[in-house]
Amino acid sequence: MAVLARARSARSQRPWPETWVAAAFVAPAALVILLIVVVPLGRALWMSLFDIQLTRPGVEPFVGLGNYIDQLTSGEFWGSTGRALWFTGVSTALELALGLGLALLMDQPLRMRWLLRSIVILPWALPTIVNALMWRWIDNAEYGALNAVLTQTGVLHRYQPWLSDSDLAMWMVIGADVWKITPLVAILLLAGLQTIDREVVEVARVDGAGPLALFRHIILPLLTPVILIVLVLRTMEAFKVFDIIWIMTHGGPANSTQTIAIYAYQTAYQGFDFGRGAALGYLIALVIMVLAAVYLRLLGRTGRT
Amino acid sequence: MSASQRINAQPRGRPTARRLLRRAFLYLGMGLALLVVLAPFAWLLISSVAEPVDLLRRPLRWIPEHIAFDRFAALTFGSSADSTALGFRAALLNSTIIATTVTVVSLVVGTLAAYAFARLRFPGRSWLILAFMATYMLPPIALILPLYQIMSALHLRDTPLALIIIYASFVTPFVIWIMRGYIASISSELDDAARIDGCSRLAVLWRVIVPVALPGLVSTGLLAFLMAWDEFLYALIMTQTNASKTLPVALNDFIGRFGLDFGLLASGGVIAALPPVIIAFVFQRYIVAGLASGGVKG
Repeated sequence: MAVLARARSARSQRPWPETWVAAAFVAPAALVILLIVVVPLGRALWMSLFDIQLTRPGVEPFVGLGNYIDQLTSGEFWGSTGRALWFTGVSTALELALGLGLALLMDQPLRMRWLLRSIVILPWALPTIVNALMWRWIDNAEYGALNAVLTQTGVLHRYQPWLSDSDLAMWMVIGADVWKITPLVAILLLAGLQTIDREVVEVARVDGAGPLALFRHIILPLLTPVILIVLVLRTMEAFKVFDIIWIMTHGGPANSTQTIAIYAYQTAYQGFDFGRGAALGYLIALVIMVLAAVYLRLLGRTGRT
Repeated sequence: MSASQRINAQPRGRPTARRLLRRAFLYLGMGLALLVVLAPFAWLLISSVAEPVDLLRRPLRWIPEHIAFDRFAALTFGSSADSTALGFRAALLNSTIIATTVTVVSLVVGTLAAYAFARLRFPGRSWLILAFMATYMLPPIALILPLYQIMSALHLRDTPLALIIIYASFVTPFVIWIMRGYIASISSELDDAARIDGCSRLAVLWRVIVPVALPGLVSTGLLAFLMAWDEFLYALIMTQTNASKTLPVALNDFIGRFGLDFGLLASGGVIAALPPVIIAFVFQRYIVAGLASGGVKG
């Protein structure tokens, strides 16, 4: 019936309208994207080919790929890229591991499960800035709750300057990020768990599979597509991290938490070097777009698109 | 009984020692998870109502001697001669206006496009949807310099409008992405019936699709609001005064000005966190559905 109706309605109209209607429907969104994304993107590319110093207005010589070459041969660039990769790798790994544990826990038939399920979303909902502020306060060297807990329980004997110690600061930032993001990962993985066909699991159980074997050979393989998607999505977000680090440490101490986005921001807005800043932005975008392509491919393969 | 419950349901029978141990272990894990999630919140709340003396004590007092809501009162209703309160209230208002407008605009513009992507056939459809997705994922740091120059040239810097336009540029693709999937899952027989009754495409969208897709619109709208409420980098660069500063920027300023007044920072943080936390708690079902139905920003 529906096919007939569709065919009839298509025939009764001129051959073009669907395209025109579609154009009209998509136009407002396309216009926004064109003006706010495509045009600036082109301009950023243009800017990245010039030596633009805000401290030296009017003199903007063309340098070609000079800004890119400068960056790709500078220690600061690779240092901050390395730190971004470290932040990304460690926080994503922790979020996945803990999130998987949390998802499995929330999936158990426990009496208070509803409580955990309704509470767990709260860290994710806390605005990033508030989360960063909160952890900055908890990790405070003199008055922080972390120091108080650890000394009062006898784990530590002296207060630690968590955020002003260049060996510790990155770990504290990662900790704050993991606290906020693990619930999101758990929620996504729980949704994945709930789509697993229970028949498969039942059959395996009847065949005598214990909980561990069940997890390794049934649940984990079936969950792999979701895990991959979460992995790529988190990698994309984590690599361009800015907010939480900016609020907690400003990239310090001694640049120990200066990731690539922080470095780009500092180059452009504290070094007033817009040419190099634009080049850095492009380099970051390049990495993200490669990850995005992987992500979209994964989505396509799991049929979620 | 849901599928997931079945997976973990044990075969009926006597509670062996092993099963009891397993249950104890699971409850322990749950207790630990609740503690880890709630303790930082508790400390934020306590800090927001504690007197400064109690917060700066060593060893730390966990339960403050005096509880005072005066910082909340000062920030929300206090004298407007107090520039801190004035700035904070301006930021609260800006954030509300910006996030609400972005949500409404993106929902309208995005749902229109989503309908076209889900229902209409037109040349370039598949690459166009990919292009929208790509713009959604583009890092702000790549666009911020030209946008800064463009907004300056248009005299839009430091206006809420600049942030509304910029936020709409990444929230709209998100809406398209989620709503396209949602609309595609609605049977097109509904559309066809309405078309035969003489409805235009727009009328079909408004009278047939929107009512059926309402739950999807709600969850998408809530996530859109949270995204706009949370944004920091663009706001940090585009805003300068109370005319357009949003809550994240105002809180960032607090750190600079009241470095040691953690009580005030905590109070401001609690107020900024209330709308999203309440939304997430009350509309949990919608939020989780929205998160699960498509890639979302952390």
